[in-house]
Amino acid sequence: MRRVAKLSAAVVASAALAMTATACGSTSSDNSSSSSSDGGKGVKIGLAYDVGGRGDRSFNDSAARGADKAKDEFGGSIKELTAKTSDTEADREQRLSDLADAGYNPIIAVGYAYAPSMTKVAAKYPKTSFGIVDSVVDAKNVDSITFTEEQGSYLAGVAAALKTKKDHVGFIGGVDVPLIKKFEAGYVQGVKDTNPKVKVDTQYLSHGSDTSGFASPDKGKAAAKGMLDNGADVIYSAAGSSGNGAIEAVNGVKGAWAIGVDSDQYNVPGLAKYKNSILTSMVKNVDVGVYDFVKSVNDGKPLTGTNSYSLAKDGVSLSTSGGFIDDIQAKLDTAKKKITDGDVKVKTTP
Amino acid sequence: MKKLTSRIDKERLLLGIAAPLLAIVAALVVTALVILATGKNPGPAFSDMLTYGFASDSQVYILNKATTYYLSGVAVAVGFRMNLFNIGVDGQYRIAAFFAAVLGGALTVPGWLAIPMIIICAMATGALWAGIAGVLKVTRGVSEVIATIMLNAIATAVIGYLLQPGKLGELQQGGTLVSTKPLPESSYFFTIDTGPAGVLDGFIVVAVLVGLAYWFILGRTRFGFDLRTVGQSESAASASGVSVKKMVATSMIISGAVAGLIGMPTLLNESHQYDNSFPVGIGFTGIAIALLGRNNPIGIALGALLWGFLERTTNHLEFQGYDKEILGVIEGVIVLCVVIAYEVVRRYGLKRQQQRVGAELAAQAAAPTKKQEVA
Repeated sequence: MRRVAKLSAAVVASAALAMTATACGSTSSDNSSSSSSDGGKGVKIGLAYDVGGRGDRSFNDSAARGADKAKDEFGGSIKELTAKTSDTEADREQRLSDLADAGYNPIIAVGYAYAPSMTKVAAKYPKTSFGIVDSVVDAKNVDSITFTEEQGSYLAGVAAALKTKKDHVGFIGGVDVPLIKKFEAGYVQGVKDTNPKVKVDTQYLSHGSDTSGFASPDKGKAAAKGMLDNGADVIYSAAGSSGNGAIEAVNGVKGAWAIGVDSDQYNVPGLAKYKNSILTSMVKNVDVGVYDFVKSVNDGKPLTGTNSYSLAKDGVSLSTSGGFIDDIQAKLDTAKKKITDGDVKVKTTP
Repeated sequence: MKKLTSRIDKERLLLGIAAPLLAIVAALVVTALVILATGKNPGPAFSDMLTYGFASDSQVYILNKATTYYLSGVAVAVGFRMNLFNIGVDGQYRIAAFFAAVLGGALTVPGWLAIPMIIICAMATGALWAGIAGVLKVTRGVSEVIATIMLNAIATAVIGYLLQPGKLGELQQGGTLVSTKPLPESSYFFTIDTGPAGVLDGFIVVAVLVGLAYWFILGRTRFGFDLRTVGQSESAASASGVSVKKMVATSMIISGAVAGLIGMPTLLNESHQYDNSFPVGIGFTGIAIALLGRNNPIGIALGALLWGFLERTTNHLEFQGYDKEILGVIEGVIVLCVVIAYEVVRRYGLKRQQQRVGAELAAQAAAPTKKQEVA
């Protein structure tokens, strides 16, 4: 008898669910009062961050800076949403759709993970301008903002090879995805072209679909410690906020250098304690890409297609804050010239 | 006598519902306090969760999410019923989905043949992966907790190694995403189009069937009886002629096979390929859901729906300016409260039962003539 009661309860419950799923109810976009017509001045920027979000002192922060600058200049507002590691396609689509529904334009997705969802959402909202950082989405209303990380990393490799005293340097990647391999490839090539004798250790913090390596300062710290113990004295980490941990570990060893990534990490307030260990940062000017895009939308002529920010266009560069690379600046400039002139072709895969 | 059992049942049912309800109410109170502590008003947050969560497109999203979570909850629950803590569901479903995706991308047979092959491949891979832990436990006495945690890490590494351009992966446009070869369109599982609300995964049907099978096998077959007996007392089970070792290995394998299904709604209905953005961590969500649902097929379904609801609505809360970490707070508090509430309710129920039995015995002693009637 109990079983019967349970079974009937189950049937009723599932039938009710099926009913609600198929029949009644308006969609959430009908419910939300369309705020697109509030007539405020300036641009309404929607930002969908990758794992880590604003405050990672690195990649996402760089995008945030670009948006902040645009907001200061053109007025308007910014709405920010951040990814979780357990995200599925549906979550990413929801994030972008929510922004589009609320009338944000342009909408910028920070990170390659958004590529498939942006393809779908951009098709659904043809009047909204979308921008994606680090990937290419083939649609009329999408600006694909890409960077030649391998070129910047090449210069970081040159700097590392010139600064190492033990002829031993390291590379820490966040996740072993193709994007981060571009950093590794450029760095290793830069080191070897400068001094073939220098040994390069490489390590990735997480693998495949586990993106925690971009947001685990503890893992970054442990990896850097291991490399330092192993004899490396210059460590370049391309690992989002995990790099903060690596920098902290390097700071504990005298004479060792850390190379930062994405933002000029010497000037990041949260890393001020360690800044004297930060040799330079391979700055990826995501902010420039984001700002250019927002500006173009504000001017009424949204950028579309693939816009590659290369070394020649200063899309990537080495920061000079702290003055630690002033003594080798001439050599770095020569290396840069070789790349921009096309004499050196930097590999994108290790 | 009929009356008596039905009364007890009602009370048991009430107690059974009381625990999760208590947990959810407690979680809401704690969440409200947390939101208050961040200097915001929890009232609009909850009302936004309700209106947004019950919009039709949210319902579709929740059902899709719940499909995946339900399978995960059942996979964990199979182990729980045996007193086995299969933490490795996470690794099992990922490696299963990966190999199923590889197979699906390589197959050129028509869909009606390809889809079952993909699903069976996933179940077999999951079963094999869990089976390693099962065999280690029965032959070498390795704790399944340790073995499955290790196997999670190994699964991650194996996938990371094989999912490379030139091995089993291919580089997608833009050069930033590696995926397996996408499934041909004929191998897509059917979906239910609900118009503007979105597309409902057809795999929900499979999830319901899995739930029915779980209920039937555990509650209605000798195998299920043996399994539950071993879970309650190994020595009693072996004394009554059940091979404990065989049961441990078998239930690990079943748990793994169900775990293999977890990635299928995503693979066959949504992404159609395995890539770096394939969801991770669902195996751990399953543990929470199985706990919340008390290993009961309907309870797990409700837990899975609740989880889907929370994710959908807290995503939107972030949009409304609340902190996205609220989701973690609510989920964590619910799980914690569930464990406490079940214990509280169990003790309360035990006490009530003792009182009742005591009262009945006293009544019987007072009226010995009626005793025969009751017996």
